[in-house]
Amino acid sequence: MRHQSTLICAILLTATVFASSCKEERKLPIYGLRDTKTVKNSDGSAGVDTIYQTIPAFKLLNQDSVYITNDHFKGKIYIADFFFTSCTSICPIMHRNLKMISEKFKNNPDVMFLSHTIDFKYDTPSVLKKYAQKLGVDGPKWQFVYGPKDTVYTLAEKSYLVAVNVDSANRDGYVHQGFLVLIDKDRRIRGAYDGTNPEQVAQLEKDIPVLLAEDKK
Amino acid sequence: MRKFIVISLVSLALISMFYSCQTAETVQQDAYYVNGRDLYIKHCQNCHGGKGEGLGTLTPPLTDSVFMKANKEKLACIIKNGISTPVTVHGQVYEGKMPEFNLANIDIAQLVVYITNGFGHKQGMYSTQQVENDLKNCK
Repeated sequence: MRHQSTLICAILLTATVFASSCKEERKLPIYGLRDTKTVKNSDGSAGVDTIYQTIPAFKLLNQDSVYITNDHFKGKIYIADFFFTSCTSICPIMHRNLKMISEKFKNNPDVMFLSHTIDFKYDTPSVLKKYAQKLGVDGPKWQFVYGPKDTVYTLAEKSYLVAVNVDSANRDGYVHQGFLVLIDKDRRIRGAYDGTNPEQVAQLEKDIPVLLAEDKK
Repeated sequence: MRKFIVISLVSLALISMFYSCQTAETVQQDAYYVNGRDLYIKHCQNCHGGKGEGLGTLTPPLTDSVFMKANKEKLACIIKNGISTPVTVHGQVYEGKMPEFNLANIDIAQLVVYITNGFGHKQGMYSTQQVENDLKNCK
């Protein structure tokens, strides 16, 4: 009897050890359209490689009236969103949540933030500067950018996969989705979180270290 | 055991008597408060926050009891017509613009009851009649 229980214990212990060692490290998915290209393997045979969708090169004015490009985010991960300063619906919630995340990662130089305004008429760099100061996040880590309608709207819909539009029927004049889009250092989309949903914002907070750990390897 | 049941029944009756001793006004105020909370979540919470904490210096908090007391008659006007003049709350000047919310007087009354009795305030009832009077004095 005693022998039997020792055996059962041993089996249980082994099972637990196996189960925990089999747990794979969590990795974030890669979103967007995919393409393939033929590559030559080292042994001379032909292979196929996946090309992931990436954020194209951009050049936009920031809150300090300085042009910023992708180089600003080189080797870093960043969270992008689309908003406008006079928005009274979802933007305040999104930025309240994003500000909380920026405060959590304020000492990590590898995490940055990029907010695009979709109000190409009113949100000039000086307006964005005031907004950033009032939100309390004015600094190099969080960029607020302004650009022509076509540039920003195409970037939103084609690259970051966030729907934005002018809507004269809406009181604020614009409609847009409240996604916070997580971009890795290879400019690929690794996550999109509803910035107005506390659970998804919490998920974003958990996913940032996962993505950072991936780049460390 | 029987004694226990009797005692608990009696105390339950006493407690419910105590709680039913609310005046009609407090009952109405509670109803306004609850409805006001729903209206707050729908119209105000985006900017002013779930705890009335505001947002940076973009949106003022609603937690300044001195301000709320001194400006109680202006609250209806601010909600109805919005405000674009600077306000000083907790010693901080807020310059942003608040949009207008074209609500019915009853909704404004309920909202004001919520924001002047929640967030650490206790200013009591605010009726539809008061909304009507206060709206006449809007600037």
